[in-house]
Amino acid sequence: MWKSRPDDKPVTERPSPQPGPAPFANPASVSPASLSKDTRAAEPSKTNDTFRVEVAHIGKSVKVKGELSGSEDLYFDGEVEGSVDLCEHTLTVGPNGRIRANILAREIIVHGKIEGNLRASEKVELKKSCVLTGDISTQRIVIEDGAFFRGAIDIQKDGKPELKKAAIAVSADTTAMAASSPQVSLLHDE
Amino acid sequence: MRWFRGTDEAQDKPVTKSSAHQRISRHSTGFTEFTRTLAGYKNPSVLDLGPTSSANISFLTGYGGRVYNEDILRAAREAASGLKQGEVAESLDPQSFFIENLAHPEHRFDAILCWDIPDYLHEALVKPMVERISTILKPGGVMLAFFHTKDAGPDSPYCRYHIGQREILELEPAPDFRLQRIFNNRHIENLFKEFSSLKFFLARDNIREVLAVR
Repeated sequence: MWKSRPDDKPVTERPSPQPGPAPFANPASVSPASLSKDTRAAEPSKTNDTFRVEVAHIGKSVKVKGELSGSEDLYFDGEVEGSVDLCEHTLTVGPNGRIRANILAREIIVHGKIEGNLRASEKVELKKSCVLTGDISTQRIVIEDGAFFRGAIDIQKDGKPELKKAAIAVSADTTAMAASSPQVSLLHDE
Repeated sequence: MRWFRGTDEAQDKPVTKSSAHQRISRHSTGFTEFTRTLAGYKNPSVLDLGPTSSANISFLTGYGGRVYNEDILRAAREAASGLKQGEVAESLDPQSFFIENLAHPEHRFDAILCWDIPDYLHEALVKPMVERISTILKPGGVMLAFFHTKDAGPDSPYCRYHIGQREILELEPAPDFRLQRIFNNRHIENLFKEFSSLKFFLARDNIREVLAVR
């Protein structure tokens, strides 16, 4: 139930900043005007992107040297050497992902291989195919049996000030900070 | 000391393929003592030399300190992976191995969980590992190690140790490693001669638990 397949992509729906019609309402129950509005919302549009799923995807043939930063969730299956900064978003490192960098994000899910330190304001998940050499600093950590980890773990009772600030900045009405008590989840292979 | 590595007894038998996830719970007096000592520290630094275990990390971070994880057996296997079986003992260079492994500042840790690694580690690495442990452990710090008794054979399964509760350990058989040797008490005392005290606890399942104080 807790395991996600390596090829799973994180799906994060960013809620509307203000109340409005349901984004995927039954067309039969809505007026033609709102139907056309919904249809537009489902398309990748710069002007009305609050309803679309926002996960950037970088494939396994991509190599990055330098700083990788962004303000949206990212599924990364390539190689990067440098630094990764997705401060208030989720980074998923796919099974082919090879990262030699320090990573800063709200949530980090690792299927691949990382050499570097992880700082997540909310949660780190090490999947069973993960090979991580580096230190982890987070509020919550989930480790599947079979994951390889070499380094130190610092469980933050409260998010580090700069991380917490970044997490709050996402959206005042949608941000749910992780529980303040340290938590390590136990997962086992099926 | 009883050797298995290189003997027909050890090499003819296939590595035990125990079914994973059949965990065996056992009471551990040594671990109870270990946690008692750990409770006396404020924000202790703990090094776990076994495979990554979420249960161990969960338990140890509960003390409010930092937990380090370093799977020495796996690192040793990777270091030896390019060598032929007969060459391992001669060619595995402890000096270069410990440049990359257990490379921590002096007196960093308050406690170290060594589990039964010395029984499964390549001979060339055992003594240097204990020497390194004595260096990185703080004076007064504790180390918990387990040793098989003479009743164990070369097909004794390698187990991953998961902390269940304060006094209970769960052993999960894993097929990765083969028992290399059995230390007797005198060898254990020699091995830990840099430590200020040793406590032995003999368990019912042919395991000697040793709590060493730096």
